[in-house]
Amino acid sequence: MGNILSLTTFLPILGAIILALFLRGDDADAQRNAKWVALVTTVVTFICSMFILTNFNPDDTGFQMVETREWVLGLQYKMGVDGISILFVMLTTFLMPLVIASCWDVKTRVKEYMIAFLILETLMLGVFLALDLVLFYLFFEAGLIPMFLIIGIWGGKNRIYASFKFFLYTFLGSVLMLVAMVGMFVEAGTTDIPTLMTTTFGTENFSVLGIQIVGGMQTLMWLAFFASFAVKMPMWPVHTWLPDAHVQAPTAGSVVLAAILLKMGGYGFLRFSLPMFPVGSEVMGPLVLWLSVIAIVYTSLVALVQEDMKKLIAYSSVAHMGYVTMGIFAVNQQGIDGAIFQMISHGFISGALFLCVGVIYDRMHTREIDAYGGLVNRMPAYALIFLFFTMANVGLPGTSGFVGEFLTLMGIFQVNTWVAVVATSGVILSAAYALWLYRRVVMGDLIKESLKTIKDMTKRERMIFAPLVFMTLLLGVYPALVLDIIGPSVSALVGNYETALLAHEAATQFAAN
Amino acid sequence: MIGADIQILMPEVVLSLYAMGALLAAVYTTKDAMAPVLTWATSGLLVLLAVWIGINGQGTNIAFGGMFVDDGFARFAKITILVSAAAVLLMSEGYMQRRGLLRFEYPLLVALAVVGMMVMVSAGDLMALYMGLELQSLALYVVASLRRDSVKSTEAGLKYFVLGALSSGLLLYGASLTYGFAGTTLFSGIIDATAHHPSLGLLFGLVFLIAGFAFKVSAAPFHMWTPDVYEGSPTPVTAFFATAPKVAAMALFARVVHDAFGGIVGDWQQIVAFLSVVSMFLGAIAAIGQTDIKRLMAYSSIAHMGFALMGLASGTALGVQAMLIYMVIYVTMNIGTFALILTLEKDGRPVTNITALKSYHKREPLLAMIMLVMMFSLAGVPPMLGFFGKYAVLLAAYDAGLAWLAVLGVVASVIGAFYYLRIVYYMYFGEDTDALDGKASPVLWVTAVVTGAIIGLAWLPGINLFGLDPIAAAAAATLVN
Repeated sequence: MGNILSLTTFLPILGAIILALFLRGDDADAQRNAKWVALVTTVVTFICSMFILTNFNPDDTGFQMVETREWVLGLQYKMGVDGISILFVMLTTFLMPLVIASCWDVKTRVKEYMIAFLILETLMLGVFLALDLVLFYLFFEAGLIPMFLIIGIWGGKNRIYASFKFFLYTFLGSVLMLVAMVGMFVEAGTTDIPTLMTTTFGTENFSVLGIQIVGGMQTLMWLAFFASFAVKMPMWPVHTWLPDAHVQAPTAGSVVLAAILLKMGGYGFLRFSLPMFPVGSEVMGPLVLWLSVIAIVYTSLVALVQEDMKKLIAYSSVAHMGYVTMGIFAVNQQGIDGAIFQMISHGFISGALFLCVGVIYDRMHTREIDAYGGLVNRMPAYALIFLFFTMANVGLPGTSGFVGEFLTLMGIFQVNTWVAVVATSGVILSAAYALWLYRRVVMGDLIKESLKTIKDMTKRERMIFAPLVFMTLLLGVYPALVLDIIGPSVSALVGNYETALLAHEAATQFAAN
Repeated sequence: MIGADIQILMPEVVLSLYAMGALLAAVYTTKDAMAPVLTWATSGLLVLLAVWIGINGQGTNIAFGGMFVDDGFARFAKITILVSAAAVLLMSEGYMQRRGLLRFEYPLLVALAVVGMMVMVSAGDLMALYMGLELQSLALYVVASLRRDSVKSTEAGLKYFVLGALSSGLLLYGASLTYGFAGTTLFSGIIDATAHHPSLGLLFGLVFLIAGFAFKVSAAPFHMWTPDVYEGSPTPVTAFFATAPKVAAMALFARVVHDAFGGIVGDWQQIVAFLSVVSMFLGAIAAIGQTDIKRLMAYSSIAHMGFALMGLASGTALGVQAMLIYMVIYVTMNIGTFALILTLEKDGRPVTNITALKSYHKREPLLAMIMLVMMFSLAGVPPMLGFFGKYAVLLAAYDAGLAWLAVLGVVASVIGAFYYLRIVYYMYFGEDTDALDGKASPVLWVTAVVTGAIIGLAWLPGINLFGLDPIAAAAAATLVN
């Protein structure tokens, strides 16, 4: 089992290759076969990832199940998992079968659709498991290609604009990170992530184009990484690609985008920014905190006025990611625990919300909120599920949404009370837009003629939601399930961060004397 | 003594003798009817020579008193040139045949151009350099206007000739200045002359030499000829222009700045860095408005030369290594892309408008897929090999303290990504058209599939770019020490 990580990562691609080579034709049978192959592949991948989880020892804060191979240009192919990455891996493998199942009704180019998602799964897993800078970058960037195609080929009316914006926006953010990675290689002589975590990059102040850079090299590199992760996250004000991409993407694409791809930004902050550039993080931390609270308040307000359901949920995602960045840059146990928890829980909740939109979109082919109303009369099961996830999105205690928000707010309260106060208002605003959306879509009398014949959820649709409901409830009432796994790694991360800062302060004072 | 010298030049001698012998044979016998055989024979010979150089080449051998240098760097460049020229010749056979362009001179001119390139990359002296360069250029001028009855093709040839002559003039002027101030045309003598505070005349010579090279590699602001020549020439000839001559010119560039001016890196570094930035941005921005895929590839090649120059601008062994890696990957991508462009036709006529690619993936799922791989690779998106080329040059530039150049380079690559994405957009998102018919010939199909597989998969651990990077490192080490 020495290479379980690579096996899990590349399993979906194997499914994609089988589909590409052996599946011919585009009739109903071929389409069904394509979906089954994809479903089986993702389920097997999930089972494989369960082996990773059972073999994982949470008390060991280092990287586990590490495998290394020679690679090109002085790089290495290195994979490993620790307490911070393991749950993202599990989230990905858990959601992908549901995503595949949710596109059972797709009729156009099914084979290619399935191949795109399988390749995307490999790349997403690679991002969370890579232990080499450039290998990480490779997976991180390569993920743009299938997503670009998913939005562009299977998307809505304005898909071309959305796909180009998505690609170029994220590409621009990432290439700056690439330059910083190259810089790290030159400075440290290695691209090995565990080694780089213990490397101290220069903090001598210097000036670029007449601007004094406090924290020197670390701040510049931190900014380069920030450019990439902030776009990916996305943080205000570089979030504008997300609503477009979400609205135009097909349902399954939106689910993957919201549930997994956005988490890469948060993961990146935890894997690179905090451990590798502690001084840079300390210098720039307040900026992130304020950008986060602006995101929480501003995008919640923007969500209130949306006419399109997907756009509303997209803005709500940006707001929720605001809690994540805020928690991460509080840099204490509660804050980071909360941030990771929030990301996992948002994976389930936002995924489910986009699926909810997908359910009625499949029936009515519109996402306009005004086109609906009174669905509860004909779709009681749907109304229940939608209510559940609306409440989870709002952060009702008992659902996983509450734990994440509460922990991040608790973390930030210890660091900056004002930020905490403003951020808390986001909890109220989220209740406002989410409940108002629910009222307009589901409640009231069924007066629209077009809705008179709408059917409730099918058995397949219910089956897709069942695991999501279960996980949201389980994590809501028993958060220790997650916190026990991430806890030791997070406390090691926070410990190292504080040690590095103390060392830096001591060095500065020594230099001053 | 002379025997030993000839021994070192053997591959060049064999190829020249072959070209002249075949020329005579064809003239006195069946003329154009021999052309297909000659094409295959020439590419076979080119591959054989590449294998020969690869197996036999050892150490650094100097012939004719330093005029001709056969070292690891030269051999690396020669193998790349020979293999890419052979591939392009094979690809062109069917295309040229069907359009009545396959004259027996074509493969032989290519062979002569290749001889010129081989002399260029081995030059150890300004005279040898010029001889190789002119042999190459004269052959290329003729090849560019191969379609004699087409206005565009003759225009391409003429334009190439006039501007090429201008650049040769600049280069000669630089060479004579250098000779005047260094007192020798040998690179080894020039580097001694620059050892102690080089005179202003030498620097002037250097600048003119670099201007000449920049023209040959089509770096901005000496790129004007590129789009017109690419568009006007028959497509296989364009494919040839985009590959082997670029490698030769870039290798020559590297050889002169390191072998002759290696002592004054700081003086040429800024010029090369400037050329690099301007090329990257011009290539990226000017290509956005293009609708002809050959013009688009011309601007794309300008941008790529900018990146290769970024490696050269580092002025280190790492930079030369990166440049070599970049060129090999660039050539592979271009061969693959042009193989696909050659398959585009309607009613037997070549189609080069990019809107013809609309919904290409429905007609040719596999070829569209390969085109997609090529486009993302050209844009530098991982995991395609194009990314590794970019990574190598960025690393070299940063390592040499040119972080600003690296940042500008990646910004330009984002701008450039737009037009590569646009081709993907036409192929996959565009509405249906019937702008294309016809099938890929077996040679083109195989070339496309092989290059596509290399570009898409050679990064996998276990394949490791087929060991390209240690070989390039060894080659670079023989040039920079």
